[in-house]
Amino acid sequence: MIEGLVELLVVFVLAMFVGFEVITKVPPTLHTPLMSGSNAVSGITILGAMVVAGRGDTRVASILGLIAVIFAMINVVGGYMVTDRMLEMFKGKREAQK
Amino acid sequence: MNDAIIKLIYLAAAVCFIIGLKRLSHPARARSGNAIAATGMAVAILTTLFHQEILSFELIIIGMIVGSAIGALFARMVKMTSMPEMVALLNGFGGAGSALVAGAEYLRYMTLGQTPPPDVAVTIQLSVLIGSVTFSGSIIAWGKLQEVITGTAVTYPLQKTLNGLLFAVLLGVIIYLSGWFPNPQLLLVFVGLSLVLGVLSVVPIGGADMPVVIALLNSYSGLAAAMTGFVINNHGLIIAGALVGASGIILTAIMCKAMNRSLGNVLFGAFGAGAETGSSVIVAGQAIDQPIKQITADDAAMLMAYGKQVVIVPGYGMAVAQAQHEVRELAELLEKKGVTVKYAVHPVAGRMPGHMNVLLAEANVPYDELYDMDQINPEFEQTDVSLVIGANDVVNPAARSNPESPLYGMPILDVDKSRSVIVMKRSMRPGFAGVDNELFFATVTSMLFGDAKDSLKNLIAEVKEL
Repeated sequence: MIEGLVELLVVFVLAMFVGFEVITKVPPTLHTPLMSGSNAVSGITILGAMVVAGRGDTRVASILGLIAVIFAMINVVGGYMVTDRMLEMFKGKREAQK
Repeated sequence: MNDAIIKLIYLAAAVCFIIGLKRLSHPARARSGNAIAATGMAVAILTTLFHQEILSFELIIIGMIVGSAIGALFARMVKMTSMPEMVALLNGFGGAGSALVAGAEYLRYMTLGQTPPPDVAVTIQLSVLIGSVTFSGSIIAWGKLQEVITGTAVTYPLQKTLNGLLFAVLLGVIIYLSGWFPNPQLLLVFVGLSLVLGVLSVVPIGGADMPVVIALLNSYSGLAAAMTGFVINNHGLIIAGALVGASGIILTAIMCKAMNRSLGNVLFGAFGAGAETGSSVIVAGQAIDQPIKQITADDAAMLMAYGKQVVIVPGYGMAVAQAQHEVRELAELLEKKGVTVKYAVHPVAGRMPGHMNVLLAEANVPYDELYDMDQINPEFEQTDVSLVIGANDVVNPAARSNPESPLYGMPILDVDKSRSVIVMKRSMRPGFAGVDNELFFATVTSMLFGDAKDSLKNLIAEVKEL
């Protein structure tokens, strides 16, 4: 059991380092879209929520799953769309003058 | 679908997220990056439908339709000035989703009559703890931003002791529940206490510090997802959660550095509690007893139009007055007259990291005219006019020169080094930090009082007449 945990921990720690490397290169101008974009990414919990909602355990568990699917989906769709809306507004000098 | 194939597809999704974040390194590539990340998410979601444990799809489909509708509506309707509120809410939803999944896993063990092994029990509870704290903390942060809840820091005696005690109790419960005493009722109490902890940790933080709190909660929502990944043994959740966790931590650190405060001071310092609540953290700014100089719109217009370089310093006051469009109009007029116009954006301008840039982009200001603090500071000496619109603490030279000031040590925009400074302001009211601003009394400075939008309109009219 513990071995499985260790393997997951390896993935987690390495992913954190990748995150630090990649995100330090995001310019301050884009920090707000970065945050709303990460909201969409943290909606990844939908993968777990779908299984819980569809597994047919107990009624309580299924309802918890349903609520989790709703929350996560708001994040995925809302986060992605609002980020897109913002990024569309960022224009270079030539584009902005059109 | 084969388990290994599902795992490989999740890996592909994780790669999409990383590529998406990588493309955020430049505004021109960022939008396609977001689309790549979204594609990864869509593929991961579709793949999960083939998960062998899923027996019925009704609840999943209902949940996805409802969630998508709410999310889409939200994304369409939200005003750019309200982005901090939206991000705060989404932080909370992400945390809640993760906590719910972990809680349901715990219930599953119970109904199967099994005891979760200690390592699983610990990760379940960590996920529930972080997720719940994120949820209730984010709701409070949202309330403060929306001004449903008072924006000032709420303090009461023994605050830190109580929060510390609560946290200790929660850790105790984690050890108890993981130590082979599974108990669903106690888990419910655990959820309740975690929610209370979230509320109590954000309540004492003042409205001006909300950018830090939102960034931190952003990080928590990722960590909660990663913890849930440990619970359900899913690499996709762990990698995505870790990326968000890292992003939130970096933004938190940037915000703290830009305010010259430690994270501990932001979280527990009750900055901005004000004199009424008797907080001793703020040394009320020494009132400066000097005359100030006022300027009329036509003089200000002349000063700017005949300069070589004008730097515009927007602050939250500009956003409140919804004056970004007028700012851009003025800048374009000046550019037509041959003036170089640049925008100087302090990292904590606005109500969340990068907020001011979004507001300016919305008003069609090209991103190559937006400069961050390190880029623009060396340029002030060659700047004829710095136009400060609704910014205050971030341009206070006391941060450089006066060790007595609560702002001392905070990196600021050195507007006082430019040849002249025009400060647009509603009144002489001090900024968030409650400190008088020496800049307003400096010899290079002239004040242009009034609503930012009205003043800008006057300026635009005057520049047009030149």
